[in-house]
Amino acid sequence: MSTIDYSDKIPNNVNLSQDRALQRALEHWQPNYLAWWRDMGPEGSQDFDVYLRTAVSVDPQGWAQFGYVKMPDYRWGIFLNPGDADRRIHFGDHLGEPAWQDVPGEHRANLRRIIVTQGDTEPASVEQQRHLGLTAPSQYDLRNLFQVNVEEGRHLWAMVYLLHRYFGRDGREEAEALLERRSGDRDNPRILGAFNEKTPDWLSFFMFTYFTDRDGKFQLCALAESGFDPLARTTKFMLTEEAHHMFVGESGVSRVIQRTCEVMKQLGTDDPAKLRAAGVVDLPTIQRYLNFHFSVTIDLFGADQSSNAAIFYSSGLKGRFEEGKRGDDHLLKQDTYKVLELDGGRLVEKEVPMLNALNEVLRDDYIKDSVGGVNRWNKVIEKAGLPFRLSVPHKAFHRRIGALAGTRIAPDGRVVGDAEWNARVHEWLPSDEDRAFVASLMGRVVEPGRFANWIAPPATGINRQPVDFEYVRFA
Amino acid sequence: MDAPVAATGTIRQHLIDPEICIRCNTCEATCPVGAITHDDRNYVVHVDKCSKEGACIAPCPTGAIDNWRIVPAAQAYTVEQQLAWDVLPPELSHDQLAAAGVPEAVIDLVAPAAEPAAATSPAAGAVPLDAAHFSSLLPPWSAAHAYTNLYGPKAPTTATVTGNFRVTDAGFENDTHHVVLDFGTMPFPVLEGQSVGIVPPGTDAAGRPHRARQYSVASPRNGERPGYNNVSLTVKRVTADHTGQAVRGVCSNYVCDLKVGDRVQVIGPFGSSFLMPNHPRSNIVMICTGTGSAPMRAMTEWRRRLRQGGKFEGGKLMLFFGARTREELPYFGPLMSLPKDFIDINLAFSRTAGQPKRYVQDLMRERATDLAELLRQPDTFVYVCGLRAMEEGVLLALRDAATSGGLAWEPLAAAMRAEGRLHLETY
Repeated sequence: MSTIDYSDKIPNNVNLSQDRALQRALEHWQPNYLAWWRDMGPEGSQDFDVYLRTAVSVDPQGWAQFGYVKMPDYRWGIFLNPGDADRRIHFGDHLGEPAWQDVPGEHRANLRRIIVTQGDTEPASVEQQRHLGLTAPSQYDLRNLFQVNVEEGRHLWAMVYLLHRYFGRDGREEAEALLERRSGDRDNPRILGAFNEKTPDWLSFFMFTYFTDRDGKFQLCALAESGFDPLARTTKFMLTEEAHHMFVGESGVSRVIQRTCEVMKQLGTDDPAKLRAAGVVDLPTIQRYLNFHFSVTIDLFGADQSSNAAIFYSSGLKGRFEEGKRGDDHLLKQDTYKVLELDGGRLVEKEVPMLNALNEVLRDDYIKDSVGGVNRWNKVIEKAGLPFRLSVPHKAFHRRIGALAGTRIAPDGRVVGDAEWNARVHEWLPSDEDRAFVASLMGRVVEPGRFANWIAPPATGINRQPVDFEYVRFA
Repeated sequence: MDAPVAATGTIRQHLIDPEICIRCNTCEATCPVGAITHDDRNYVVHVDKCSKEGACIAPCPTGAIDNWRIVPAAQAYTVEQQLAWDVLPPELSHDQLAAAGVPEAVIDLVAPAAEPAAATSPAAGAVPLDAAHFSSLLPPWSAAHAYTNLYGPKAPTTATVTGNFRVTDAGFENDTHHVVLDFGTMPFPVLEGQSVGIVPPGTDAAGRPHRARQYSVASPRNGERPGYNNVSLTVKRVTADHTGQAVRGVCSNYVCDLKVGDRVQVIGPFGSSFLMPNHPRSNIVMICTGTGSAPMRAMTEWRRRLRQGGKFEGGKLMLFFGARTREELPYFGPLMSLPKDFIDINLAFSRTAGQPKRYVQDLMRERATDLAELLRQPDTFVYVCGLRAMEEGVLLALRDAATSGGLAWEPLAAAMRAEGRLHLETY
């Protein structure tokens, strides 16, 4: 069961050939997917041979096989972690019941909504990143971008499989719609805000893969707890792929910082103008990018008080991060949680029923996890002997969703008036000038082993290959 | 795989590099024996629980998981120690291992090797195509006796430079030198496949004397010039580190810039298993890249001298040699003048303009039939030397050649390893 059948048109470990109707439906969707990939996938890169990782089975030996592949020939397919026949629902009102192998009628609409929302982010990020290949800082980074892209594509397959397999005609229509929406399209945008933002440069890409793909990790972790077993199994496998995306982000930002620190030491300056003249991104600009991506991403967790979140939890559809490792009653009917709101010009904590605050719970878990990586970035600066430190902004900063939407809060958590906000917003968020400067650094470097001036080489290559390995063979 | 090492009280401990790890939890979720744990700071490996099966190696997105340290068993790093790390501790030095009571012979096997390797970690312990899993710890039965460690870091001997010339074409980035050192009247017996250590003068940034760098000898046992007490080395000038960052290799630049008459501090010799067979009709398969050609040149030259003197009966030599371009291939000229019936030469160039890229493993696949015929014979000895990155491809190509010839690879590899017939040295 864990071995993937590559003899099928659609690689899978779900015995697709035994289910003719499903197989036909997915084979009908497949050409539309490929057409979408050709239209909206990485621009001008479809004929490159890329050193990619492809799963051949879901066990540790099998899911990281490396070889050269042209991206449109990547074997996208359907891979579920092995099932456990005795698995039981471990939270919410159905606690202790056997996990569902089919969709319970009463939860159908909510489950479909969860799956569509998750599925929509996958092609969205491919669309957001489709021009980045033209300005790659190295072959190594270009390869990592493409790996992220094909795996986002595979994540779409994972969600589409669930829609086709369990949701009949509705599911098939939703699967088509996933290929029709477009990131940033005014008339038919992607569902979530952050996935309609541009990813215009590689610093944004690294920040996106660090912060926004980490949102993906937390959403997938919460869904991996689901009482709907096929969803839990598919998201578990997706998490192994998601880890690579966060690696690209964390190491990418870290390498930008490392290079900046090197130049700061060489020139003996922290003057942004001098550093920019030397062709590296000054640390305050990196901080502003961080502020932007962090704040946009924490909005993705939704409103701080949400009856939907309560319903998803109580009905066993979506758990908390590491639900199985928590020691409480897994019902949460008696528990409370503190959320922030603005009261008379001050930020105050308000105690609310925890069930309604589950978005906030997941957001806070996420924030704790993101801070860890920011501290590791600070280690790079510390090691260079420089005093600057990066930090994540206050969680009320620059919010557009929930009780804090539209409030004027500085990164340090102070409530500020419109006047101060307008006067200082360029210290806190990337300005057009910042973005134009970062864009000006973006030039294509693709000779093996060479790196753009604004980024340090990685500590190690991919799959124990050397850093100057030929990760991409151009047509 | 660690048996000979473990028997002497050292272990190869699996560790995670906290500077590279992104705390994604993949390893902990993957480990079949629950050996990996974490706190808010680090992911760490419990030394007593780790089975070294390597299930965690491939899934790690960063490579942070693939770190190993040779430590005396009693001094293995505890979970608590690892949780407090910001960086991995350095490899224990020769002296530290010796101070912990580890025998010299074992240190010789495990201590970090030639120049570029010093900065990197040894290979993964348990991935199926790891060199350490295949490489013999014993020499061929007909190898000559090797002297080792005649001169240590505390008491090096002195050699005089009697020659230094470039063996790659001028005008190319790759600057590889053939350097001849003469020991005068001091004993320094070396065999093909052994290495020597060069101690660069001066001190490092921290004021400590530079440590020695090891280089394989490129000359045969009776001297670069027959009958003289000298050896030759093949040294590539290091101008970039493993990451491509510009860096001046301390020792390689020192050696490449040596002038005739300069005096050099030398330690060694080192190595007691990567040695050639000496019995009649023994075959040698040599697979190398770049300066990994040094021991191959030494072995080839020794056989050539024997043959010239009419002293050697048969035995095939087969060479697979890879470089980026013809111009960057050390010893290209002399190699081409060797008779075809003496050595079967296969050259692979990965960066020849207008040509498809070819690597040594591509050539090995093309020659699979002849290679399998040699692998079938119990008198065939295989040597691999060069950059670490070639290891897996070469092992896969060997496996495929064996399989295509109807040989079962695993038992064959195990037998070759046990009989001192498969040697890998990569850096």
